[in-house]
Amino acid sequence: MNAPVSSFEAVERVGQRSGNGIAVKIDHVQKIFETRDGHEVIALEGADLAVSAGEFVAVVGPSGCGKSTLLSMIAGIENPTSGRILVDNHLLSGPNPRTSVVFQNDYLLPWRNIINNVLLPLEIKRLDTRLYRERAEALLTQVGLAGFGGRFPSELSGGMRQRVAICRAVIQEPGLLLMDEPFGALDALTREQMIMDLQNLWLRLKNTVVFITHGIDEAVFLADRVIVMSPRPGRIDMQLDIDLPRPRKWNEIHSNPGFTEAVAKVRGRFEEQGVLKAG
Amino acid sequence: MAGTLRDLAQKDLAPKSDAGSRRADRLRRQRRRATLEAFSAPALAFALLAIWQICVPLFNVSEFVLPTPIDILSRVVTDYRLLLTHAWITGAEVVVGFLCAAVVGILVALAVFYSRMVERAVYPLLIAVQTIPKVALAPLVVLYLGYDWGPKLFLSFLISFFPIVVATVVGLKGLDKGYANLVRSMGASEAQVFLKVRLPAALPSIFGSFKVALSLAVIGAVLGEYVAAERGLGYLQLQANANFDVTLNFAAVFVIALLGVALYSIILFVEKVVGDKQGARS
Repeated sequence: MNAPVSSFEAVERVGQRSGNGIAVKIDHVQKIFETRDGHEVIALEGADLAVSAGEFVAVVGPSGCGKSTLLSMIAGIENPTSGRILVDNHLLSGPNPRTSVVFQNDYLLPWRNIINNVLLPLEIKRLDTRLYRERAEALLTQVGLAGFGGRFPSELSGGMRQRVAICRAVIQEPGLLLMDEPFGALDALTREQMIMDLQNLWLRLKNTVVFITHGIDEAVFLADRVIVMSPRPGRIDMQLDIDLPRPRKWNEIHSNPGFTEAVAKVRGRFEEQGVLKAG
Repeated sequence: MAGTLRDLAQKDLAPKSDAGSRRADRLRRQRRRATLEAFSAPALAFALLAIWQICVPLFNVSEFVLPTPIDILSRVVTDYRLLLTHAWITGAEVVVGFLCAAVVGILVALAVFYSRMVERAVYPLLIAVQTIPKVALAPLVVLYLGYDWGPKLFLSFLISFFPIVVATVVGLKGLDKGYANLVRSMGASEAQVFLKVRLPAALPSIFGSFKVALSLAVIGAVLGEYVAAERGLGYLQLQANANFDVTLNFAAVFVIALLGVALYSIILFVEKVVGDKQGARS
């Protein structure tokens, strides 16, 4: 499925942290959609981005800037119109088996209980799910859902369901975790807790994360690097390294000058774009 | 252990434990309500039958015009052999017609769902054909298919086929695209997407259409028997009419209804088994 690209020299491996994460390289990627009436809409215009193994990258941008399209293409469920994407040094031509995706909607299958939802990716890969049952239960315990394995999604709150979706995504310890506004549908309190939990999970897994969000504060809080995108047609507009020590604490970080400065910079960029109005 | 249990039980029963007695009260009320609800439908049916039973002699209606429920029931019992031989025929027509409709209906729905071409070409035609009252086709069907099994099977198939196609297409299309994308991101083939997500998600509407289609299949089979038959419950009704035997006619109606209920229960049972299997799958 993935052809090795030995001749491709531009795979950067700067700042590699551990063997668990896998690198992503996005090279002049463009996506053009054709609407029903034959018009062409440029969703993404020539994106270039290199994510090193084990790096946490957050992508922020206004609605319709193509950030979700970018994520779908890295996930291998959509093809770029032009350009290429390398995941784990392989040219992408379909979903990479070491990649997992978490969407804004949890997409738990309502007819399966929680444990069988978590085990779904293994079933798709035709692995023996019995071998992973214990790990699935341990994961559920880690996210505060011990004993919920036999329940059904309809019995859980939105936050709990999204926790299950994250368990399902990390059951095979993916080298690359793609998250598309995973906390966008949650209330403020739940979101805050989930942001903290995600940080802890990532500090344990040390994998590569591409995290797409509307929230400037959660992007700066979580990421090693924040990518700011422009309004449609989407381009990568600005990159900002976040050098704050970890683990970061949500209740303390708002008084950290490094944090507030970074948030102000991203905000300022949105104001220049005309996405946000100053004052 | 036993001692503590008894203590607990006593504490629960003690009148001074106010919260406990209130809870027991609420439970008792809930149980009474549940029983009432469970018995409400049979009670209403029984009441209506009782009114029928009382009114016939009260207004001096002749048995040849309107038999009482007890008359009909006793006729069913005495003539059960006759009714059974005809019920077998009608039942077989319904089951075969319905099963053909289910298999062909789901296959057509899959073709409509997966092929844009088929959807564009076939689906509007299906909807248009559905507006033709199938009852009006019965004499023509007899003309082409004769007096044997043909017209009954075809009519019960035809009449129950459309709801299955439409409901299956709607069920398959109703799924949020995100589910398919999620499973694809796990590396699923289209066959896996179908088996793990699309089909289970469409099952409620498919089973819903089965229930509608089954009662329609009964109508189709009996209709076929009215038009041209030498056997079956519809034929028996015509025979009873010719002999001014209203009681036997009603007895046949009763058996047709019974047949429908029995087949409906089988569908409910299959639906439950499929649902349980899906929920418990590891």
